This record gives sequence, structure tokens and C-alpha cells, in this order.
Amino acid sequence: METKMALNYQGKSQKRSAVEKSINAFLIVYLFILLTKAAVCTTLKYVWQSNPNNDEPWYNQKTQKERETLKVLKMFTDFLSFMVLFNFIIPVSMYVTVEMQKFLGSFFISWDKDFYDEEIHEGALVNTSDLNEELGQVDYVFTDKTGTLTENSMEFIECCIDGHKYRGAAQEAEGLSETDGPLTYFDKADKNREELFLRALCLCHTVETKTNDVVDAATESTELTYISSSPDEIALVKGAKKYGFTFVGNQNGQMKVENQRKEIEVYELLHTLNFDSVRRRMSVIVKNQAGDIILFCKGADSAVFPRVQNHEIELTKAHVERNAMDGYRTLCVAFKEIAPDDYERINRQLIEAKMALQDREEKMERVFDDIETNMNLIGATAVEDRLQDQAAETIEALHAAGLKVWVLTGDKMETAKSTCYACRLFQTNTELLELTTKTIEESERKEDRLHELLIEYRKKLLHDFPKSTRSLKKAWTEHQEYGLIIDGSTLSLILNSSQDSGSHNYKSIFLQICMKCTAVLCCRMAPLQKAQIVRMVKNLKGSPITLSIGDGANDVSMILESHVGIGIKGKEGRQAARNSDYSVPKFKHLKKLLLAHGHLYYVRIAHLVQYFFYKNLCFILPQFLYQFFCGFSQQPLYDAAYLTMYNICFTSLPILAYSLLEQHINIDTLTSDPRLYMKISGNAMLQLGPFLYWTFLAAFEGTVFFFGTYFLFQTSSLEENAKVYGNWTFGTIVFTVLVFTVTLKLALDTRFWTWINHFVIWGSLAFYVFFSFFWGGIIWPFLKQQRMYFVFAQMLSSVSTWLAIILLIFISLFPEILLIVLKNVKRRSARVHHLISSSA
Amino acid sequence: MTWSATARGAHQPDNTAFTQQRLPAWQPLLSASITLPLFFCVGLAFIGLGLGLYYSSNGIKELGYDYTGYPGTSNCSLCATAGRGRSPPPACSCAWYFTLPELFQGPVYLYYELSNFYQNNRRYGVSRDDAQLSGLSSALRHPVNECAPYQYSAARLPIAPCGAIANSLFNDSFSLWHQRGPGGSYVEVPLDRTGIAWWTDYHVKFRNPPLVNGSLALAFRGTAPPPNWHRPVYELSPDPNNTGFINQDFVVWMRTAALPTFRKLYARIRQGNYSAGLPRGAYRVNITYNYPVLGFGGQKSVIFSSISWMGGKNPFLGIAYLVVGSLCILTGFVMLIVYIRYQDQNEEDEDEE
Repeated sequence: METKMALNYQGKSQKRSAVEKSINAFLIVYLFILLTKAAVCTTLKYVWQSNPNNDEPWYNQKTQKERETLKVLKMFTDFLSFMVLFNFIIPVSMYVTVEMQKFLGSFFISWDKDFYDEEIHEGALVNTSDLNEELGQVDYVFTDKTGTLTENSMEFIECCIDGHKYRGAAQEAEGLSETDGPLTYFDKADKNREELFLRALCLCHTVETKTNDVVDAATESTELTYISSSPDEIALVKGAKKYGFTFVGNQNGQMKVENQRKEIEVYELLHTLNFDSVRRRMSVIVKNQAGDIILFCKGADSAVFPRVQNHEIELTKAHVERNAMDGYRTLCVAFKEIAPDDYERINRQLIEAKMALQDREEKMERVFDDIETNMNLIGATAVEDRLQDQAAETIEALHAAGLKVWVLTGDKMETAKSTCYACRLFQTNTELLELTTKTIEESERKEDRLHELLIEYRKKLLHDFPKSTRSLKKAWTEHQEYGLIIDGSTLSLILNSSQDSGSHNYKSIFLQICMKCTAVLCCRMAPLQKAQIVRMVKNLKGSPITLSIGDGANDVSMILESHVGIGIKGKEGRQAARNSDYSVPKFKHLKKLLLAHGHLYYVRIAHLVQYFFYKNLCFILPQFLYQFFCGFSQQPLYDAAYLTMYNICFTSLPILAYSLLEQHINIDTLTSDPRLYMKISGNAMLQLGPFLYWTFLAAFEGTVFFFGTYFLFQTSSLEENAKVYGNWTFGTIVFTVLVFTVTLKLALDTRFWTWINHFVIWGSLAFYVFFSFFWGGIIWPFLKQQRMYFVFAQMLSSVSTWLAIILLIFISLFPEILLIVLKNVKRRSARVHHLISSSA
Repeated sequence: MTWSATARGAHQPDNTAFTQQRLPAWQPLLSASITLPLFFCVGLAFIGLGLGLYYSSNGIKELGYDYTGYPGTSNCSLCATAGRGRSPPPACSCAWYFTLPELFQGPVYLYYELSNFYQNNRRYGVSRDDAQLSGLSSALRHPVNECAPYQYSAARLPIAPCGAIANSLFNDSFSLWHQRGPGGSYVEVPLDRTGIAWWTDYHVKFRNPPLVNGSLALAFRGTAPPPNWHRPVYELSPDPNNTGFINQDFVVWMRTAALPTFRKLYARIRQGNYSAGLPRGAYRVNITYNYPVLGFGGQKSVIFSSISWMGGKNPFLGIAYLVVGSLCILTGFVMLIVYIRYQDQNEEDEDEE
């Protein structure tokens, strides 16, 4: 339980999407409508029945039992009956459809060949199907740097030995590892120092070798493969190989190194002082063939510089800083010779510390601290972590889509900053606000300084952004852009100084600053701090939707914390991919995942939800209105078969097909125009406005269905042979209009008609007609009442009914058609505008 | 819902149009150039239809008479007062006199209309036994429970036909008399009481129980008529094809109406001199007043109506078509104006730039 993994682990909680929360809100509204309807009907029933003529006319007398039932009990059962009659207004089938849509829909992500990566032979992976639509709602993107923005394939770029710069030409290095051959020396350091440096690179690491014997080949050509937990170390060992020093292997504590003269040097590995993130360095103690005991240490500059003799630092420091600015990962290398006597002591201390039963870690740390002092700096290395393919384009697109991108990394500030510039998170005109240990300085009055800075930045930002926080997204494009850089220690200062009464204040000021910045870079973050930041943003006002993307085990906590977690199938194992909701091979895939898939899924499911509520309200409203004309007697308007099959058979498949296939805008357009993403941000399609629109549409249509048929029935007969229709014909006319209207309404909304849509929409209508004939065509032996017998066929034999059905469908769809046409006129003229302005 | 699909990601995804969401698709756009003509066409078509419907509805004649008998309104009021509070009400008859100044274009149908009568009340609507009405012997003896309290008679005999609907069968009867010349004698106009029910109801859904020794009466032995009936079901009509459960009056009544005010077809006038309609002259409708409606605040009427291709008189459909059609054309014009405005604006913009 004390592994890094376990310590950084956070409980996995159920993630629910914003759409689901909206559904719940809608449900409450509809539940309220249902209760109101039932209550109104029950009340009116008893008002109406207070006249005994209505309650029990001579033609419709009650049984003795009915008369004797308690009135309260009757009222209660009446209320329940009304609930049963109107319960279809709560779209139970919607949940099934939503689940199906999510489950089936998520296949499209894993099927997408754009997410397929040739190198790892894998595509995207969907671990949950609950959050598809959330991909279209993201406000904040938190990304890891190493392995996410960058390849995490380290390449040794250059080194500096005693302040002299060495830069290798990679191609030549492999073949000609002769004495001086392949290296470009700018100017040379002492030969001994060079060799010492390269030996240090070869020895100071925890890399293991794996030999792949090529069995068939006659020659004993063996191929060395290095394995390590850290790609940096491999890069360093490979780098040393380029310069002629090859690490051959480690057997029984004997490290073998092949030097530039092809001789094997053997070192006895005495101790390894492991790397940890607090010390940020590691050391080895080795004994060479001559018996000298040497300590080699490598680590972050901040960890090494204080521990070496001062006069050596300057040149190397400048070098390291320059490298860091270029975005390279730098490490410093130092050594120290240990006299045999000293070694005795050190050895004893180390063993003692390792054996300690209590406070072992602290003791070891103390011993390590003791040992790693007074070292001699030899040089520094620079390792490049290349940016991933299209990382910059992706970030730009995300920015254009109105997302805020935060980079959270464990790297040092300079490195991270240059990566951010490289991937265009910060533009050249972005003004950077820094909240780092550097700006705050190591003074005692840290907090005061922090406070000052915070206030200052806030002033600056508030001045720049007038109060219109709503048009923030627009404001971005017009105003000066700001970027914020903060590091782990400052962040913990802001978040954790709880004893300070002003800490809460700090946090809110900090958040205000964050919200105004287009890009935020958090460097030197511990894994849990990443999650802390995500949580902080998640709980902001308006609860923005957060997305985390990362590749390593250290990103797991942030992936779990955010609304949507995305794992990159990177080189640091599958920890992140396993814990994520979605995993993709590369960072660039995020663009299509959000802009195209996310957008489409959101539009699809939002439409699905609205449509379901709409079609059920349309369905039940006539039934409610009918109660006013049947003495509130719970007489159903539709036959039981229609009531059951409406949601299951007649209207389910078209919306399912729509919600799987709809592309109101082409995928290519969505991917190439990120601004479209803003249109649906903030759960736009499930806000009160659209909800009211759908509800009123449904109410309008339901009223048209019912009263249209009602007025149609104000006549002796609808047939030319003067025969009369009954109540089931009435209901069937309403139901026919209903099924056709809601299906055609969906047809009007469909922008992307594949053959499946055609099949399902026209098929559903055909099925309805076929079923109605079939259902009415047979005397069903299991039915008590043959009330639908030939009702449908007889209904269709009347010209008036046909005309009425067509008219009512047309009236119901008329507002919708009008709206669509108006929208298109507007869009068309907007496009014309756009064309003109772009051509001008 | 959480599910894992480690295996699926293992190989390259299929490159098919479906999996890549690139199915060929029709992407219609309701642009103004399509919809504007559509609006005008639909509008014109609707107006045409509306006019047709309106004029045929206007061409249909209806002549009705409320014979409920509210005190002092007509000679049926005597019957109404006589019947009040007595069950069963005594046989009573009254008459309605009317004169036709011109031919009442036929074919003419005779309807009766009841109002405030809730045939669509749920308790009333389920109070029937379709199995019994389909002539099933077992159901004849054992009516379903829904029929209660009209399931068994006081003597514990099964009621046939059972249920509230059957029990409340409309039992007023009408006969029509025509006086050819002034002062002449009245001649009875033949009323065709068949062909008033749905074909499928009369031929399939409603069946008499199998005859016993060729007698329908014996088939119904051991059952009781509904309490409000004066005669058993097998005596509803002397015509063997129109008696018992397949009596057309009964079949028509059993198709419950949709609304509390409803009409039901009583007879067709199509025989002899009256096939073309009712010629001008004085008429008398003799009404046997049995059916009490005052008790529940209802009304009853008798109506003569002709029928066209669209059914009975109903201006609604015609007017609705006219309104929607004109609305279509109106919006068409508005859209046209908006459309032209937009185009003008765009052209202006073009000029400016």
C-alpha cells in the first residue's frame, strides 16, 4: 500500500454526464405535469360527479360494492388510475434508448480509423459509453506534457563537459564509434574529463539490458535492448554509446562498459542511491578495476548545483539554462572520489539505514544527503523529448473551439514553458503571468509577496476584461491574451496555507486569474496536485466540464478526477489508458474526438432526449383532453395495443437511427472549423429555452390532434353510406395523426439521410399501417373485447377521414417547417455574407 | 454502463462506410427556392379542396327536431312528464309535424341524437361481453363480470345481452308519414331499418347463438332480458336476419359513441317514390316516446339528413382547409418578401464592398 501507485490512487467514482443531469431535471418537470394532470382530473371528476345525474345515471348504475366503497378510497384509486392512464408521459423507454444509443454509438469511436496508430497497431479504446456526449461539452482541457504533448521518446541531443558544448551527429555515430570520429566538438575539454563524463553516463543509471540473440545468424551478432522505467536514462545510455562508451550489462554487481578503444571495463557496483522525486537525483557508488571508489551522481540542476564546489558551476549553469529554454530536459552529472576509509563509514551507514526498522526512509534520506555532498560537477546533458505529431495544431484547434487548455507537468518550468511555446499554447504575443518560486523568491515573507502578485495580476486582468464575463469567449479573440505559469510549491502555498485566514481569499483570487487566462501552465506538479487542480476547476461557478488527458501512472488521479478522462496509450505503461474513460494512441486524436465525435454525440443525444419528451407529451395530451369529454372516467383514448406499442415499435427505431447516424454538419467540416464547437457549449440544446420550445410544440400538436378530430366528429357521419363511427375510431384517428406527425417531425429534423434512416422512418410508418390492419383484421380469441375489430379499415374507407388526417398532420408540422425555412434563409444569407466578406 | 473492449482495439478497424460514418447520405436542405413554390402549391391545393368541401357540406340538408319534451315546448312534453319518475315509463307517443316547401334531395337518412349521454364512460364502455355477443353458448350462460350490475337478473338468470350498454338500448321508435296534398291522408314512408350497422359488425362480430330446434327463442332459454327491456332479445324484430344479437338497431347502439353528444343512424329512406329524396309536402313523424333522458339532463332529437361523398354536414373540414390554405399562401408571400429583402440586402452589401 505504500507504492507510489497506491499513494496517488483515488477512489473511482461514478461519472455522470451533464446531459443525464438535464434529463433528471426534465423528468422532475414532467413528473410534476403528470401529478398535476392526475390531480386536476381527480378533482374535476368529483366536482362533476357531485351532480347525481352524472355520477350514476340510470343507464350506468354502479354495483352494490362500488356504492359502498369509501369515498376517500375511491378518490385515491381514481388518482392512481389517472396516473396509470397518463404515465406514458414519463418516457421510460427513453432510458433504454439512451443506453442503446450510448452503447452502440461508442463503437464509432473505436471503429474510427483516424484513431488507428500504425506504430502500436491500435485504435481508440472506449472504456465507458456513458460519457460520449460529454466530449461535446468540454470547457477545460488538462493535459500532461511528457508523453502526451510530447512523444516521450527521448533523444540525446547534446551535452556539456566542463562548460564545453558537444553536439552529436546522430547518423554517423552508429557505424563509426572510433576514437574521435563522429563527434562534432565545438571546442574540447580535457580528454580525461570527457571519458569520466561518459563513464558516468554509462554507470549512473538503473537500466537493464536484454540481449536478443539472433540465433540463425552465424556471426555472434547480439543486439542490446535497454530497459528502464525512465526513457531519459535510456536516452542517456544510448547517447553515451554514440560517443563510444557502451554499457554492456550488469551481471552480479559487475557493470561492464565497452570504452572507445573497444576494451571492456568492469566496475563493481557497490551501492545505488535510488532516484526519488524529492531528491530529484540519483547516485551510484562503483569501484573500478584499479580499486578506486567513485560516486557518480546525476540529477536536476536544482538538486545538484548546491552540492558541488561552487567555482565549477557558472559555465554549466548557463548551458543548462539555455538548453532548458530550448525545451530540452536537462540533467547534471557530478562525481566524487571516495577514500577507502570514508567508504567504510559510508558503507556502514548505508547498510545500517537500509536495515533500520523504524523511520527507514528518513534515515536513508539523511545518509544520502550526507554522502552526496562536495561533489565535482562534470557536465550536463540535454535530452529532447520531441513534440507529438500535430500537437500544436491540436492545441490551436482546441483554443479556437473556446476550450481552455491547461498543461500540468512534473517538469521544470523552463522546459515546460518552451514546450508550451513550441506547441503554441502560448503565442508570442501572449503575456505571461508567473507565479513561481522564482518570482516569489525564497524570502521569509513568501506569502506577502504572493499576495502582492495575486492582487497585481488580478488588477491587470480585470482592467483588461471589462465586466462582461459572459462574452468571455469572444473577448479572447479581441483582447490581449494572457497565460499563467504556476509551480507546485506556489500552488500548495495558495491551496494549503489553511492556518492563514486569508488563504481562502488567495484561492478565489487565484481562480479569478485562472479563469481569465487562455492558457495555464502548471509545472513541477505532484500527481495528487494535478487532481487537486482539476477538482478546483471542476467546482468553479457554473461547474465547467473538465477533461484530462495523460499517459502515465502519475496522470491517473487527474484522469479519475475530471469529468472525462482520456488516456494516451503511451510508453509509460497502460496505467492511464486503463483508468481512463477513453483512450487514444496520440494527443492529436483529441481534436477529432472532441470536435467531431463529441459534437455529434452531444447533438444526437440532446435531440434524442428532447424528442422523447416531446413525443410522449404529444401522445398523452389528447388522452388528458379526452377526460373532459368522457366524464373523467379514465376512459383511454387509444386501444391498449397502441398504448403499449407506441414507444416500443412505432416510434422507437427512427429516433434510434437518428441518434446513431445524424450528422447535422459534416464530420470534416466539424473537424476543420473548431468554432462550431462553441455552438453547443454549456449544454446549449438542453437549456430551458429549447426545452420550452419542444414542450410547447408538443402541447400545440397534442391540442391540434385532439380538437381537430373532435370537430371532425361534429357530424352525423363521415362516410358516404351514412354509417356512424364510435369512440375507438376517434382514438385511432388521433393516434394515426400522432404517429405520422412525430415520425415526420423527426424526418424534418434529419439532415443526414442514409439508407438506414429511410428504411427505418418509412418502415415504421408502414409497419404502423400494417399492424393496424392486422390488429383490426382478426377477432383475437384472447381478447375480452374486440373493440378494434375493423376500426382501422373502416376508418380508411372514409374520404373525410383521409382529408382530416392529412390536414392535421400538416397543421402540426407547419410551425416546424416555417422555422426550418426561416433558419435556412438566415443561414444562407449569412453564408453569402461570409463569402462576400472573405472574398473582399 | 461500463464495458471493456480490449480485444476490439487489437486490430485495425474496418474501413467501411458504415464504421467510418461515411455512409452515402441525402442531405436535403429546405431552401426557400424549394419551399416557396411548395407553399403556394399546397396553399392553392388546400383552398381548392376547402372550397369543394365547404360547398358539398353546404349542399347537405339537415332537418332536426328536439323532442325531449321540456314542459310547454311541444306535444312530447306530455310524454316526458308522464314518464318522469316512473320506471319503466308508460308507453306514450307524440308527433312532429313539418312541411317541406321543396324536394329534400336524397338519399335521406334518419338519425336520432342524444346529448349528455356518456356512452364513452369507462365503466359503461366495458360493461359488455363480446364473447356472448359473438354467439358463444358458454358465454351466453356465463356473462363476464364487467357486465355487473347487469350480469345476472334478480332470479339469478344470466342476462343476455348483458351489461349496461345493452340494457340502455335506445327504444324510441319513429315512423314517417307523408301528406301528399293539403287535407289529404297521410301515407307511411317506408323506412329501411337494415344496412345501418357496419358490415363487419353485422356479419362477423355479432352472431346469434346456435339455434335450438330451429328456434332462436329456445337458444336463449335460461337467460333473462336486460332489466330495462320490454321484450327479450330474440323478439327485437320479426325478421329472422335482424333479430337477436344481430338486430341492426342493437348493433348500432353497441358501437359506443366517442362524445357525450352523438347521433346514431336509425333508418334509410330509399324505397319507392322516396329514393330520390322526400318530395315537398307536409310530413308527420310519429314518435313512440319510451326513452327517459330528462333524468340525466339529456336531450334527444330526430334528424333527417342527406349525405354526400364527405359524409354528413360538417363545415369544419372545409373551413379548416380554407384557413390553412390561405395561411400557406400568406406565409408564402411573407417569405417571398423576406427572401427578396435578404437578397437585396446582400446585393447592396456586394455593391458596397
